[in-house]
Amino acid sequence: MHKFRLIGRIDINNENVVKGKCLEGLRKIGNPEEFASRYYKSGIDELVLMDAVASLYDRNSLIKILKETCKNVFIPITIGGGIRNLEDIQEALNAGADKVAINSQGLRDINFIKDAVRNYGSQAIIGSVVAREFRYSWEAFIDNAKHRSGVDAIDWAKILEDAGVGEIMVTSIDRDGRMKGFDSKLIKTVTESTKIPIIACGGAGSASDISSMINETNCDAVAISSILHYEHTSIEKLKDSLSKNGVQIRK
Amino acid sequence: MKIAIIDYSIGNVQSIFNALSLYDIEIVITSDKNTILDSDALILPGVGAYKRAMEELKKRDLPNTLSDFIKTGKPVLGICLGMQLLLETSQEFGASNGLGLVNGKVVKFSDKIKGKLPHVSWNSLLNASINWDDGLLDGISEEDDFYFVHSFICQPRDSKNILAYSNYGGENFCAVMQKGNIYGCQFHPEKSSKIGLKVLNNFIKISSK
Repeated sequence: MHKFRLIGRIDINNENVVKGKCLEGLRKIGNPEEFASRYYKSGIDELVLMDAVASLYDRNSLIKILKETCKNVFIPITIGGGIRNLEDIQEALNAGADKVAINSQGLRDINFIKDAVRNYGSQAIIGSVVAREFRYSWEAFIDNAKHRSGVDAIDWAKILEDAGVGEIMVTSIDRDGRMKGFDSKLIKTVTESTKIPIIACGGAGSASDISSMINETNCDAVAISSILHYEHTSIEKLKDSLSKNGVQIRK
Repeated sequence: MKIAIIDYSIGNVQSIFNALSLYDIEIVITSDKNTILDSDALILPGVGAYKRAMEELKKRDLPNTLSDFIKTGKPVLGICLGMQLLLETSQEFGASNGLGLVNGKVVKFSDKIKGKLPHVSWNSLLNASINWDDGLLDGISEEDDFYFVHSFICQPRDSKNILAYSNYGGENFCAVMQKGNIYGCQFHPEKSSKIGLKVLNNFIKISSK
């Protein structure tokens, strides 16, 4: 029986774990290697390390963090934020990443995503959709949620699927960091518009937020941050509650 | 004890190196024939496209080296795409020939499965009524989960070569195979937490015999 995946998302800036609300007002809250190692030991299924600023300086420090993390964390690791060319992908994979998440550069040039899939396989490429809700729809944002792309977020998910990515991570800007539940309508619309695995991100505040979102949306994984970073619960307790709520999860 | 990880610019060799580094053995990442033949065991990693992987192996004359190594009776472990390459053919992007070290083919999950592709998830193993004790799956139970990411599955011709199945979307597929000294696992032991490391440790034990 295949299991629902609980992914720990760690946003990084200047060698620090950072977290804000709605992807803004980032506060430094710890050491990335220490967070990664702790979540691994507590049974997280996968990790996403996100470069929150994506400057060239940060790229080098992120690769250093990744290399160190991979020495004692034996679960899949995704790198994201500021991936701009095939060399960036190669460097991340060589350092021990299993997948890279791409958003902005893909929106600027979809051929980059296609080339990435051709070179490294769809299993290595996660398409990232960062969406903000407007009255009747969602728009895809770029550059760590700073700029509008003018592209409908659901269309962006479909374009990513057509370009061959293996999974899509959907982040709700509105829900990020608030711990008051997911934008289930957004996640549901994406899962209904695509056939590949979907990772829901933004808003997890409790096990029941996660299980009710799963019931409503048919998504395959969830990426969580604040709820773990601020120790509102532990991974063990979260998995225990999800299991009691009928979610198939790795023990 | 020396284990060689075959380096043919396809796949995340660093993760396998890191995982094996936990144990007191010598590890080399290589495509050199003499270094490979001199090792006590081999790991063939691999992710991505079947056809390109075969081309990269051929560029380095590795199909011949692998076949020579297997004749010595020392163990080989193919991981994910590395396992699929051990079979004769694959349907991925038309048809491609594999290494042909185990009879059988690689096919896509059927259209009938109730699940999305690729199959990206942690999944458990089902015993194919073969005793797991003292082998690659020594100490593993049907409760344990491993990390899988793939859209194609191995179909060894002889079902006796199937050590464990797994089930995705209602379809049973070969998750672990063994033919004599040739082993393959569809999941990534180096990415499957403690239980995956146990499988790698079992492989080291087999290699030390």
